[in-house]
Amino acid sequence: MATLLTRERGRHAGLVQGARTARQRGVLETGNAVAARWRARLPEHLGTYALELDRSVAAGLLDDPLRLAALVSACALTEAALPEREPHPAAFEGLSALLENLDSPFWDAIYVRWELGLLQELGFGLDLSCCAATGRNDALAYVSPRTGRAVSLSAGEAYRDRLLPLPGFLVGDGEADPDSVLRGLELAGHFLERLALSAGDAGMPSARTRFVERYRKLTARSGKTLV
Amino acid sequence: MNSPEIERLIQLLAKLPGLGPRSARRVALHLMKKRDGLLTPLAEALGAAAEAVRTCSVCGNLDTRDPCHVCTDPRRDQSTLCVVEEVGDLWALERTNSFKGLYHVLGGTLSALEGIGPDDLSIAALVNRARRPEVSEVILALNATVEGQTTAHYVTDRLTECDVTVSRLAHGVPVGGELDYLDEGTLTAALRARRPF
Repeated sequence: MATLLTRERGRHAGLVQGARTARQRGVLETGNAVAARWRARLPEHLGTYALELDRSVAAGLLDDPLRLAALVSACALTEAALPEREPHPAAFEGLSALLENLDSPFWDAIYVRWELGLLQELGFGLDLSCCAATGRNDALAYVSPRTGRAVSLSAGEAYRDRLLPLPGFLVGDGEADPDSVLRGLELAGHFLERLALSAGDAGMPSARTRFVERYRKLTARSGKTLV
Repeated sequence: MNSPEIERLIQLLAKLPGLGPRSARRVALHLMKKRDGLLTPLAEALGAAAEAVRTCSVCGNLDTRDPCHVCTDPRRDQSTLCVVEEVGDLWALERTNSFKGLYHVLGGTLSALEGIGPDDLSIAALVNRARRPEVSEVILALNATVEGQTTAHYVTDRLTECDVTVSRLAHGVPVGGELDYLDEGTLTAALRARRPF
């Protein structure tokens, strides 16, 4: 059985006959883009897929542990967070853009933005437009872990232990270095776990946890750039 | 309606890989027609295998001995460990007759979608084996799939604490393969792994 993320029908499962054959195995890789035709007698049936490979994303990333972990994490999060057969065109476009940019030098910052976009699509978007306390939009430095609204440096200083740090690149302030990307992953992870994945039984996918752990380790080892 | 014994035979055969209820029915009928020549010897062979076969406590291979014949063979190179996903992969490599080291069967691969984590695989035992002073190289012979390579990267991380060289099988054009018929992924991997000629 294969699960696809489609533009018009959301996350949609179907049976793939001959999925284990040598011909099909390369097509059915996590993260690949396929052209799919779904057939079933009734719409509520599982149905069968006829698949044709459109773009092999995974093959180019097999030798890159960090990008491969990001790919698997994105697919696992999509699988865990999106309901079945509910159209989410923005989630489809977002994941397509992420997969297309996983080989770019700024892939890690794009990944963080994708996770925040997924939260938004699920109705749990963060409000990073202005400070929740002062209404001003300068020097935003924190996010409230409860409301998801930004807090400015001055207003949040007294509560900094209870607030989540907001990496500057998410509000157009500064570059996305590995440290700020890691803070972005922690920020998105908090809200994914608390809001988007809290309804399901599984919680945060282990693939996402392993990706963040790997990113943290490599960041600590290399110090700076991960291009 | 068949007797319960025949129905049970068909049900059990249908659980074999590649067989559904219809083909299981055909196989059962074939076995019963060749009762003396096939059904009885097969039943005896299955009984003998069920009695004798065990999992090797060292490498995870299936054999009638524990440790298995590969682990106890003194002619094999004790310094090289080849890590495979399943016993079937070990047997495939043995058929090539080109690897003379020892094996380690992981018992699967990490899979986010199927919920298989590191604790479900024989990774801790592999690290313990790789720590032994005579081991100098670990070859990761895992599938060239997302799950296979995710597992390979994870195992590589875990082996950093051991004093071993970690290598992996090459990815690329298969022997007898024609470029025109290869998928883009294989061609991309082959181009990236090109070497001086």
